[in-house]
Amino acid sequence: MKPEMILLAHGSGGKLTHDLIRDLFQRYLSNVYLDDLGDAAVLPEQRGRLAFTTDSYVIQPIFFPGGDIGKLAVCGTVNDISMVGARPLYLTAGYILEEGLPFADLERIVASMAETARAAGVQVVAGDTKVVDRGSADKVFINTAGVGWIPDGVALSPRNVRPGDAILVSGTVGDHGIAILCQREGLEFSTSLASDCAPLNGLAQAILARGAVRVMRDPTRGGLATTLVELARSSGMGFEINEASIPIKDAVRGACELLGLDPLYVANEGKLIAIVAGADSEAVLAAMKAHPLGRDARIIGRVTEAHARRVVLKTVLGVSRVLEMLTGEQLPRIC
Amino acid sequence: MCLAVPALVRKVEGTSAVVEVGGVSRTVSVTLTPEARAGDYVLVHAGFAIGIVDAEEAQETLRLLGEMAAFYDADAIAEELGA
Amino acid sequence: MKFIDEFRDPRLARALVERIRERAQKPVRLMEFCGGHTHAILRFGIRQLLPPTLEMLSGPGCPVCVTASSDLDLAIALAHVPGVILTTFGDMLRVPGSQGSLQNAKAGGADVRIVYSPLDAVKLAERNPSRSVVFLGVGFETTAPGVAASILQAKAQGLGNFFVLCLHKLTPPATRAILDAGEVSLSGILGPGHVTTVIGTDAWNFLPRDYRVPIAIAGFEPLDILWGISMLVDQTAEGVARVDNAYSRSALPEGNRAALGVMNQVFEACDADWRGLGVIGASGMRVREEYAAFDAARAFPLDVTPSREPPGCRCGEVLRGVLLPTACPLFRKVCAPENPVGPCMVSAEGACAAHYQFGSEGHEA
Repeated sequence: MKPEMILLAHGSGGKLTHDLIRDLFQRYLSNVYLDDLGDAAVLPEQRGRLAFTTDSYVIQPIFFPGGDIGKLAVCGTVNDISMVGARPLYLTAGYILEEGLPFADLERIVASMAETARAAGVQVVAGDTKVVDRGSADKVFINTAGVGWIPDGVALSPRNVRPGDAILVSGTVGDHGIAILCQREGLEFSTSLASDCAPLNGLAQAILARGAVRVMRDPTRGGLATTLVELARSSGMGFEINEASIPIKDAVRGACELLGLDPLYVANEGKLIAIVAGADSEAVLAAMKAHPLGRDARIIGRVTEAHARRVVLKTVLGVSRVLEMLTGEQLPRIC
Repeated sequence: MCLAVPALVRKVEGTSAVVEVGGVSRTVSVTLTPEARAGDYVLVHAGFAIGIVDAEEAQETLRLLGEMAAFYDADAIAEELGA
Repeated sequence: MKFIDEFRDPRLARALVERIRERAQKPVRLMEFCGGHTHAILRFGIRQLLPPTLEMLSGPGCPVCVTASSDLDLAIALAHVPGVILTTFGDMLRVPGSQGSLQNAKAGGADVRIVYSPLDAVKLAERNPSRSVVFLGVGFETTAPGVAASILQAKAQGLGNFFVLCLHKLTPPATRAILDAGEVSLSGILGPGHVTTVIGTDAWNFLPRDYRVPIAIAGFEPLDILWGISMLVDQTAEGVARVDNAYSRSALPEGNRAALGVMNQVFEACDADWRGLGVIGASGMRVREEYAAFDAARAFPLDVTPSREPPGCRCGEVLRGVLLPTACPLFRKVCAPENPVGPCMVSAEGACAAHYQFGSEGHEA
């Protein structure tokens, strides 16, 4: 018998907690490690270097076109692991639930996490649940930590980047941020645009198999521009980006025009930037386009010795200007 | 002063209209452009249509600029080739 | 996107640049009145295309930047009044008043919300009958008619809990004030396209008539801006002064009569305090007596300390066109978007923010 809503007792460690774990979390996320229900998951030995990361997810609204906070929590951590060249294997999931959260919502989120984990080939092996007083959390906050193993011979780093390398993006930018913004109360823009939230481990592996990859990064908060500037600074090299090559959906352009936002600074949750050896750029591009998550991939620029640590954007007019990092959130504006 | 975007009027209902830019739609007020009709393009600013875009004038401006471009093209091409 | 992409055509832009280069043989100093123009010029790299004989100065056309510090302090004080929901355009959220910004107030517990349209604030008032919804009315003649229409909407709905803090300003008086101050000598003014869509090109006839200063009304796409600059260069080369219209697809001689009608029905002119320019007569708007029930200033009389500029801030000089952002000693070193000293660095349209964001140390074309 399912409860109607989450109560403080669900987080207190007693019978209700155990019921919740068994009837909800285990029901959807079951695997041999989780099902042991030990104090810690005991995992098989692996050889090689570990990649280890964590992220917390507090997005509002918790359900949005293209996903939900659960799917995001799995994808975000899977992607961070994938960006350093590791194969993600195991995740943990910690939930902070607001008293009064409808059980149906939580179930929907957990089911979504399970489906996303399955699609990504990862397992949620440990978890935790806390419930706080109504008003002390905004419906649900999720933390996921993830671990993966880096195959021998793979050592991605911005310091590998050298002049002549190609800069690629796996698809259209700004989809996630705009999809979320359009849902916000008061903005009420209607569009068929959905978040691009997706696990990128498969795409990342396909890229690594096809060419000499220097570094990969997923441009989440701060958008494509912020991540490019970060990479340029870490690499010590200059980047030249061709604005006209950056793939952007019409709906994202339209919403950005209406709200006064720059799509280059809008968040993505299912895209990656890859810097690869110049000679391999076409092969890697083909590999990306052959993958369902990379159909709109493009080469957007080159690495150069000039203007070290800066990103120069060649605008649609063919003139160059420096691309800066964004400080703080972009807000809708009228001026 | 500021941001006003040309949007296609899809439908007018009293003092409101559904407008669209690049496939994104929103309901805006046409109180300030009561003559706006479906098929027109209006300038949208802060939820209001503040003016109607004259498509013919737009074409005329582009035509004028096109003529200018034709005049300067020969020189520009030469410059680019030389560069 | 229609009427946007066509006006970004690189080939047509290059042709206009060629023409400008050819015709701007002697030094030409233009003021782009409007922050939107400053932003677009830097964003598209237009500055790098213009010949060295052409100097572009920013003007006071950034409604966020010219909002007096004491007016912003009043808005922040209103946000702290129990029961008030302070609604604002996103532009104003991070502007520092004398003691922090609206964002700081929000973090401190005030109910501050960003809206896309003043009509959204009216809806909020309708849905929250026990709260007072105050809308921060900032903006020039482009924005004021919509805010006026929102008051009429609230009246028609019989709402008693919707208020506007009217800080709207009029652009022709500010233009006069800049010219009267005589601090900069201008060859011409690039006029605000969307303001003019509302007020009409005839509203600018005073410039050639009283000051012999050329003006070209321009939209905000690259071709619009270059076309406007080209017209101004032509006027200077010919030695004439007139009102040219490079935005004929939107701006008419008489402007938008319906919009002006609504604006003048609800608001009337009054003296206004412009940051950096001081008090300019008949340059602001206030809510008419007839609509007093919707005036936040009357409904919530609060004492606020007079405007105080942050030490070292030279936004005023930037707004008057006498100081380039890059010449301000605080630029980039102390004053940056993540830690703005003055409003010119906060507003997306502010000259300082535009120079910072789009790297005024450009690269060759």
